[in-house]
Amino acid sequence: MYGLGLFKGLGVTMKNLVSPSRQFNIVQYPNRRASPFDLAKVDNQNPVSFIATHPLKTLRSLLGLETITDRMPQHANFRGEEFAWYDRRCTGCASCAKYCPLGIIKIVTGTSGVNQQEGQSYDIDVFDIDIGRCMFCGLCVEACPYDALHMGSGFEEGKYRRSDLVINIDQLKSAEKKPSTWFRPQLTSRGHDPIKGSTADWEEVGRHEKPSLEDQSERWAKR
Amino acid sequence: MAPTPALFISFESLQIFFAGLIELIGFGESFKWLATLLAGISISFLIINVMVMATAFYTWFERRMIARFQVRRGPNRNGPFGMLQPFADVLKLIMKEDTIPDEADKPVFTLAPIALLAPTLMIMIVIPFGTFLPEDAFLSNLNIGILFIVGVTSVNSIAIFMAGWASRNKYAILGSMRGAAMLISYEIPMALGITSVLILSGSLAMTEIVSSQSVWFILVMPMGFFVFMAASTAEMSRTPFDQIEAESELGSGYNTEYSGIKFAVLFLAEFMAPLVTAAVVTTLFLGGSQGFDFLPGGIWFALKMFIIIFVLLWFRSTWPRLRIDQIMGFAWKTLFGLGLFNIFLVALEFSLADQFGGLASDSVSLTPEYMLIIGAINWIITIAIILIMANVVGRKKYTRPEPTPSPLANMGIKES
Repeated sequence: MYGLGLFKGLGVTMKNLVSPSRQFNIVQYPNRRASPFDLAKVDNQNPVSFIATHPLKTLRSLLGLETITDRMPQHANFRGEEFAWYDRRCTGCASCAKYCPLGIIKIVTGTSGVNQQEGQSYDIDVFDIDIGRCMFCGLCVEACPYDALHMGSGFEEGKYRRSDLVINIDQLKSAEKKPSTWFRPQLTSRGHDPIKGSTADWEEVGRHEKPSLEDQSERWAKR
Repeated sequence: MAPTPALFISFESLQIFFAGLIELIGFGESFKWLATLLAGISISFLIINVMVMATAFYTWFERRMIARFQVRRGPNRNGPFGMLQPFADVLKLIMKEDTIPDEADKPVFTLAPIALLAPTLMIMIVIPFGTFLPEDAFLSNLNIGILFIVGVTSVNSIAIFMAGWASRNKYAILGSMRGAAMLISYEIPMALGITSVLILSGSLAMTEIVSSQSVWFILVMPMGFFVFMAASTAEMSRTPFDQIEAESELGSGYNTEYSGIKFAVLFLAEFMAPLVTAAVVTTLFLGGSQGFDFLPGGIWFALKMFIIIFVLLWFRSTWPRLRIDQIMGFAWKTLFGLGLFNIFLVALEFSLADQFGGLASDSVSLTPEYMLIIGAINWIITIAIILIMANVVGRKKYTRPEPTPSPLANMGIKES
C-alpha cells in the first residue's frame, strides 16, 4: 500500500526509543558512566568488598557521577599513529622514505656508527615523519628491510598545530615501543599484543633469530 | 469551568497594580497611559524570558529525544544529563565574532533575525493557557485571535527572505527562495484547516474556540487536523519539510552567513516555532485547557502541548527531507484539495445539523451529540479517502528500467 513505508519507519524509530536493548549498542568515548561492578573490576576487587570499602564511590556511581575510561576492542594489527622505530635496527638505508607515496619521511644521515648485525651503517641525524599528512598505508613498514620501523597502536594524537604533528627523531627514540603486529607475523607468533599494553624490545621485533657471535665472525671474518 | 482568580501575571492585574502605584506616588489622572505602558513592558519582558528559557530546555529535550530515536546518546556532558548544553551553546555563540559580509545589505541583514523572532513571540500573547496561568491569554483576549495568528505567522516568510537576500550568498538566496515559495504555498492549507475549525466553533476568539469544543475537534474532523498539522510543520520548516535549511544541499540555507548573536537569535526563533505551533494546535484541535478536574487547566494544556511536540519530534527523527517539487506538489495537489473538501464536508454537515435542530444554546456551535455524529461520519470518510488514495495512487509502482545489455553480449562472449 502506498505510504505504508512512512509508518513502518515511525515504528522502527519508536522501537529504538522504547526497547532498552537498542540503547546498549551505544558505545561512549572517551569515558562512560560506570556501575559499582565496573569500578570493582577496575580496582581488581570483588564487588561485595568494593561496595563495603568504598561506600561513597558506590553511591556516586549509582547516581551516575563516576566515569571510567573504556576502549572499544581493537585488533593488534591496527595501523596507528605512534610509529615504533628502533634506532639500533635502522641502518639509514632510507627505503621507507623512498617508498612513501606522499614523501613525508625525511631522513638525513652521516657516515659513522656500527650496526649490531650487519656491520657498518649510517649515523641518522634527522628522521621526521609528518603524520599530519600520513595516510597510514604502511608501505614504509613493508619496505623496511631490517624491521626497524613498525606501525604504532594508538590513535589519540590530536594536536593544536600542524607543526606539532611532525614526529622527530628524539620523539621516535623516546616513545614507548608498542609496535603494531601489522605486516609483522613474527610479532603475532610471539604473542605480542600492543592493545593489551605489551611492549617489544629491539631484539624481539626482528624477522630472524639474533645471530650468535660465532655466526657473525664466520660470516664476516672469512670473506 | 469555575472562574478562578487569575494569577498576578495577567495584563489587567498588572495594569491595576501600576495604576495604584502611580496613584500612590501622586501623579494624577493624566498619567494613566503610563500604567498601561508599564504593564505592557513587564508582560512582554515576562513572555520573552519565559519563552527563551522554555526554548532553551526544549532544544536540550529535542536533541536528547532525537538521539534516543536514532540510537545515540545526545548531549550528556554539561551538567546533569547534559541539561546545561543550551546555555553552553548560547554562551559560545555570544562570544563568537559577529561577522557581516562586505556585500551584505547591512540594515536588512541585522533586522532579519528580529523579524523572524518577533512574530513567533507575538503568537504567544493570544494563546489561552487555562487556569494555572492567566485565564484568558497572556496579554489580550483578542476577539480575532486566530486571524491575528494567521496574519502574524505570514511575516515569517518575509523574514526568511530578508535573511537570505541580504546575505548576498548563493546558498542563502537559494534557501530563502525555496522558503518564500514553500511558506506562501503552505499558508493556504493552513488557513483552510483553520476555516473548518471556525465553521464549528462560530468564533474567531481563541477562548471561544476552546469553550466550543464539547467534543475535541481532532475527533470531529481528523482530516482538518491532518491538513493543519502538515501545513504548520511546513510553516516552521522542520523535517520532512526543511528545504529552507537543507544542511546537506545548501550549506545551511538562509542562515549560511550568520554568526554570533544573530545566529543565536535565528536559532532561537527556529526552535521556538514548535512550541508555539504545539500551543496553537492544542488550542484549535485538542480542546485547549479542557480536562478532568483533578489537575488545573494549565497542566492539561502543557500535557497536550507535550504530546504534539513529541509527535513532531518523532516525525523529525524518522522521515527524510522531501524534494522541493514534492513539497510544492504535496501542498497544491494533496493538502489544498483535502482542505477544500474538508471545509465542504464540515459546512454541509453543519447546515444539515442546523436543519435538524442541533445547535447548542449559544446558537453558534453544535451540541455534543451532533458533534459525535459528525465525527463518526468524518472518520469513515477520512479512512475511505486514505484507502482510495493509497490504492489508486499506489498502483503506479516504480519499475526499474531494463538494464542496458553489456557490450560483450553482442560479441557472443558469455560473462562469467
